Amino acid sequence: MDVILFLIFAIIAVVCAINVVVQTHPISSAISLVGVMASLAVLYLLLGAEFLAAAQVIVYAGAIMVLFVFVIMLLNAGAETKKGQSSMALFLGGPLLVALLMLLAWFVQQLFPGISVHFGGFRGGSAQDVGRALFTTYLLPFEVTSILILIAILGAIVLARKEMD
Amino acid sequence: MSGVPISWYLTLSAILFTLGVAGFLFRRNIITVFMSIELMLNAVNLSFITFSYYWKQVNGHLIAFFVMVVAASEAAVGLAIILTVFKNRQTLNIDEVDSMKN
Repeated sequence: MDVILFLIFAIIAVVCAINVVVQTHPISSAISLVGVMASLAVLYLLLGAEFLAAAQVIVYAGAIMVLFVFVIMLLNAGAETKKGQSSMALFLGGPLLVALLMLLAWFVQQLFPGISVHFGGFRGGSAQDVGRALFTTYLLPFEVTSILILIAILGAIVLARKEMD
Repeated sequence: MSGVPISWYLTLSAILFTLGVAGFLFRRNIITVFMSIELMLNAVNLSFITFSYYWKQVNGHLIAFFVMVVAASEAAVGLAIILTVFKNRQTLNIDEVDSMKN
């Protein structure tokens, strides 16, 4: 069951990720990216990260991608015009990329032999556990994060406002 | 019952990261380039959560959480920059935004 679920959502994630890169229209890329994030949320659940799966759907697939789609619609971005593509790069680079990834998969397989992921094998990823770690061990980074968000909000306002003078 | 080997998760993460790098390098639309960065951040998050399972500790989840927060603020600032660039130049093609060149 674990293997079937993993394979289904891994294939969805990879196909959607390829679609993000291949599509010429930004809206198609954005919708595909939502597919990647949703399937990654399922994989997080399989790994026992319940809180992060919820946060992935709410923050990434919800908030950030809505922001992207909003900007694409606002700027009325059209399809990208192709130019200067060399077919040789595709024919050389494609097999080379596949070979490199297979080599990497082999190395990873050698590094972690015989360790497998079961659903329910790790139960420390609930909102309670994450929250406890967040407010004890990671209290300082958490507070710094709030300052970072404040700076980001100010930066976005300063960059996007109309010139007053 | 045999579970999923942990190397499959890490390989999936590597594949997604590679696709993100490919999009970042090959695409000319500035918004698509930005989405490729988000794809790379997601791939790294998957790696962190996989290693969190491997060590049976919650620390990887926290790092992934902070990555999400940084990605959100990065998206806000980056999209504001894109809006400003478009307002000044009426283009989204990164080849035409080259006033810092030379």
